[in-house]
Amino acid sequence: MEKQATRVAYGKTLAALGEEKMFFVLDADLSGSTNTKTFGDKFPERFFNCGIAEGNMMSVAAGMAAAGVPVFASSFAMFATGRAFEQIRNSVGYPKLNVKIAASHAGITVGEDGASHQCIEDISLMRGIPGMTVFCPADSAETEWAVKKALEIDGPVYIRLGRYAVEQVFTDCSSNEIGKGNVVADGTDIAIFATGITVASAVKARAALADKGVSAAVVDIHTIKPFDKELANYYASRCGIILTAEEHSVIGGLGSAVCEAVCETTPCKVVRLGINDEFGTSASAGVLVSHFGLDAEGITAKALAALGK
Amino acid sequence: MNVQLLQEKANAIRIGIIESTHAAKSGHPGGSLSCTELISYLYFYRMNIDPANPQWEDRDRFVLSKGHCAPALYSALAHRGFFEPSRLTELRKLGSFLQGHPDMKATPGVDMSTGSLGQGISAACGMALTAKATNKNWRVYTLLGDGECEEGQVWEAAMFAAHYKLDNLIAFVDFNGYQIDGAVTDVMNPTPIDEKFASFGWHTVVIDGHDYNAIDAAVEEALTIKDKPCAVIMKTVKGKGVSFMENNYKWHGVATNDEQKEQALNELKGVQA
Repeated sequence: MEKQATRVAYGKTLAALGEEKMFFVLDADLSGSTNTKTFGDKFPERFFNCGIAEGNMMSVAAGMAAAGVPVFASSFAMFATGRAFEQIRNSVGYPKLNVKIAASHAGITVGEDGASHQCIEDISLMRGIPGMTVFCPADSAETEWAVKKALEIDGPVYIRLGRYAVEQVFTDCSSNEIGKGNVVADGTDIAIFATGITVASAVKARAALADKGVSAAVVDIHTIKPFDKELANYYASRCGIILTAEEHSVIGGLGSAVCEAVCETTPCKVVRLGINDEFGTSASAGVLVSHFGLDAEGITAKALAALGK
Repeated sequence: MNVQLLQEKANAIRIGIIESTHAAKSGHPGGSLSCTELISYLYFYRMNIDPANPQWEDRDRFVLSKGHCAPALYSALAHRGFFEPSRLTELRKLGSFLQGHPDMKATPGVDMSTGSLGQGISAACGMALTAKATNKNWRVYTLLGDGECEEGQVWEAAMFAAHYKLDNLIAFVDFNGYQIDGAVTDVMNPTPIDEKFASFGWHTVVIDGHDYNAIDAAVEEALTIKDKPCAVIMKTVKGKGVSFMENNYKWHGVATNDEQKEQALNELKGVQA
């Protein structure tokens, strides 16, 4: 299947869902980039551009939800969760309102625009808000699943989307469960917990590791909150070592979630692959994925190093 | 409109403000006392609401954007029948349904959780646009502080409301002249607030915020304005009704002690010291 960015799948899913469900969609002058325009072109009476004013947009979304209509509010992850963090926290999160923050251009795969637009803190920010569900889909099928589930949840949801066209890992995610990790492949030597773009990389890394005699499990964490602590502890016992891979800072994201889960119950070695407490930089997305070691080669090398091989 | 009845309600609301903040040993009496006429006008005359059904879908909505003045809102809701006035002294206690700032999940009749300044007016815009987009006739009222108008988000919301022609929204500004650090014109001058709203495309009026007839005239006029939101700048007295609090910014965010409470209540109840 052809590569496709999760933001494109988001726009298509919204447009399809609009046929059967009542909800509003908001954007902050990035509708062509986030792909909410796909919905807006089809349902102009339910799409509202808020202009370049993300804080206002999040509180407007909260008011709409308080008046009984669910809302998807989109911008780049940097501005949605960064600039408007406090509006999300106080206007949306605290009253548990039915607002779905679907943010595109998360992580370093923003590419050439550089560090100012590469949000590597959004998972950390969003999962810190009580009651917030956090989805980070790996591909188009998982994005479609996450968007539909978000609308079924009565409360705030964050959906992390990317700019970069990614390989399709899944064909059907209808059996996914909110808060349950998806075991893509089992293994006994090391468990790779991946989310978003690193899921495809991890699947390839598993094959490379098998060639070297290493049995690696690959777990797709599409829901970062609520986190599947049970599965993390299972693999802490089964493999004794977990490698986390994410297009996010190693502080506060998936790596932290895994550490928090296992250290309470089944302490084990956890190696976190991600952005190491530094800002991103300008380059093409593909170059950056490789630069930060988030491709199959990077994951393979990290896994072998973690195993002392 | 029965002005005498509204005055009686305002007085009862003021007593509730003093008693609840005294019991909590904290809270914001100054700005609660300055907006009491407006709150009583909305809850006892203007708004289409049902205390027996706080979540009624077609009710008018009120968003207290200056959320720290929750004691005024709570006192009005109690006297309007949303809950027993005797419960006002539960304010700010552990587990209370009366949180320090409005919590729509905790208190019957509170339409929006607020407290972080600038966000309430945006939420009110979202409600007003929802009413329009779903062909409903209910209206949205919001109340801002003058100091709150220093928040940039207020002007993002002002742009939004004008852009979407939210003529079902009225924003009141409680222009009592003081914020927590002092006079608004000394701390960070937000004036002229009326001209700012006008330049953003709002219909704007300036009135005496303690005069029910002026409030009503402003609202009646707003109801006739099409395709524009309306801002009503209310000149008020901070701490109104309690002599030692009036125009004293030090009463922005502190509660009375026992002696001060007695004096305040005696004044409000018309007892000579």
